Amino acid sequence: MSPIRQLDEAVSELVGDGDVVALEGFTHLIPVAAGHEIIRQGRRDLTLCRMTPDVIYDQMIGAGCARKLVFSWGGNPGVGSLHRFRDAIQHSWPVPLEIEEHSHAGMANRYTAGASGLPFAVLRGYAGTDLPAHTESIKTIECPFTGESLAAVSALNPDVGIVHAQQADRQGNVQMWGITGVQKETVLASKRSLVTVEEVVDELEPRPGAVVLPKWVVSAVAEVPGGAHPSYAQGYYERDNDYYQRWDPIGRDREQFRQWVDTEVLDVERSAR
Amino acid sequence: MSVGAETASTAGTAESASREFTADEMMTIAASRSLRDGTACFVGIGLPSTAANLARRTHAPELVLIYESGTLGAKPDQLPLSIGDGILADTADSVVSVPEIFNYWLQPGRVNTGFLGGAQVDKYGNINTTVIGGDYDDPKVRLPGAGGAPEIAASCQEVLIVMRQSPRSFVESVDFVTSIGYGRDGGERDRLGLPGRGPVKVITDMGVLEPDPQTRELTLTHLGPGVDVEQARAATGWSLRVAEELTVQQPPTEAELSVLRELKATTGKGDSQ
Repeated sequence: MSPIRQLDEAVSELVGDGDVVALEGFTHLIPVAAGHEIIRQGRRDLTLCRMTPDVIYDQMIGAGCARKLVFSWGGNPGVGSLHRFRDAIQHSWPVPLEIEEHSHAGMANRYTAGASGLPFAVLRGYAGTDLPAHTESIKTIECPFTGESLAAVSALNPDVGIVHAQQADRQGNVQMWGITGVQKETVLASKRSLVTVEEVVDELEPRPGAVVLPKWVVSAVAEVPGGAHPSYAQGYYERDNDYYQRWDPIGRDREQFRQWVDTEVLDVERSAR
Repeated sequence: MSVGAETASTAGTAESASREFTADEMMTIAASRSLRDGTACFVGIGLPSTAANLARRTHAPELVLIYESGTLGAKPDQLPLSIGDGILADTADSVVSVPEIFNYWLQPGRVNTGFLGGAQVDKYGNINTTVIGGDYDDPKVRLPGAGGAPEIAASCQEVLIVMRQSPRSFVESVDFVTSIGYGRDGGERDRLGLPGRGPVKVITDMGVLEPDPQTRELTLTHLGPGVDVEQARAATGWSLRVAEELTVQQPPTEAELSVLRELKATTGKGDSQ
């Protein structure tokens, strides 16, 4: 059966309350439309994982979807702070937010371990920092060969991994290119996966450096043109830098934020395909 | 040890000082001069990116720019607005995944220089970008977190810290060690045996601080043109030591200033953080 679905059906099938969910995308190809669909469907108590929670996670946290955040850098890139994220941590609004905090290298290795089917990954990281004292998923181990003291981080295996890509073919094979961050690892580490794509094409064209995710590792593919906006999709559209700037005053104010969620997400008739 | 052009302050000419410049411009230019041609630099967005791109356009055309999004050898013709800007992928020698950039390129010590900033730095060059005040679970201010910094601080052959100096940001001891300099007592880094040497310079809008070779305490070694020692002391939250031989930074040259201003104009927004 083809994994190609409508976005709302796919989110409804794949994402349940209380799930561990990773929406990844490193500046490029952020699955924003899928995040909005999760808000629309009113999912709660999610553990949201992401190396760089930015505006879409600020929106999901502000909308009350998240109970916990697993992350390594939370900010509005190029603009400043995430105010919904801060409000949740500092004032428990709209609900308390637990955090599990890593470095980028740590998170990347946690996904790699998850994708590799291993219980943990090893890196020369975190030494001399205060992070291990606050994060259960970082331990120190001794190398069995050299005796060197190294960091071990537990594998991250989300219930659902969600990424955005440029194209899929009609069978559901996915292709992405440009900056592909940790997206391949996220899909392979996750029990279920959803890929939103700019376009479904008859045939994928081979491209240098492109990542291909064969249909048998992807649970569902949904065609959502513009689904990464305000981030960008290389070859399709550029980053909407003004959006990130405009987000700052909206995110700062609870009331402005509530109105924004109502008009821009909840009252949107239905999701894009 | 220090090969940056600003050490040759006696070479400052009347022409070079004839044009007005800001302390921030001096700071960016000093950072740029610290990058040697033909070396590899791990670049963060904002001032480090401006400085690295300036260096590539002035004295270091073969400088290799590495961004944590996975772009190796990026050669952008305008300032990127984020670490994952499409222009970085378009102009890079290679685009690799995020696990690869941290594990293969940063961790083994292949990168000469890392550039870091932060909300707080202390007298032993430790950096905090995590929380300020209160305790970790109930902070006064929640900051973005670690990102790539802990491993950049540990593994780059040398680290440059670039920050505006103020008593609030230059503190006796950071509230949280996100990225290690020389550790809480100045000797921790050596005991840990980290691959990189640690912070070799802290470049500020007041001048340059360098670690004392024995105690590792940051010591004022260079003053910005027109800045005096009392101003630098007043901008420091600990009792700042001053090197016996205090040099005045060579002011920006006409060429440096015009290239910097042209570069910043290319983004439309200038420094994005």
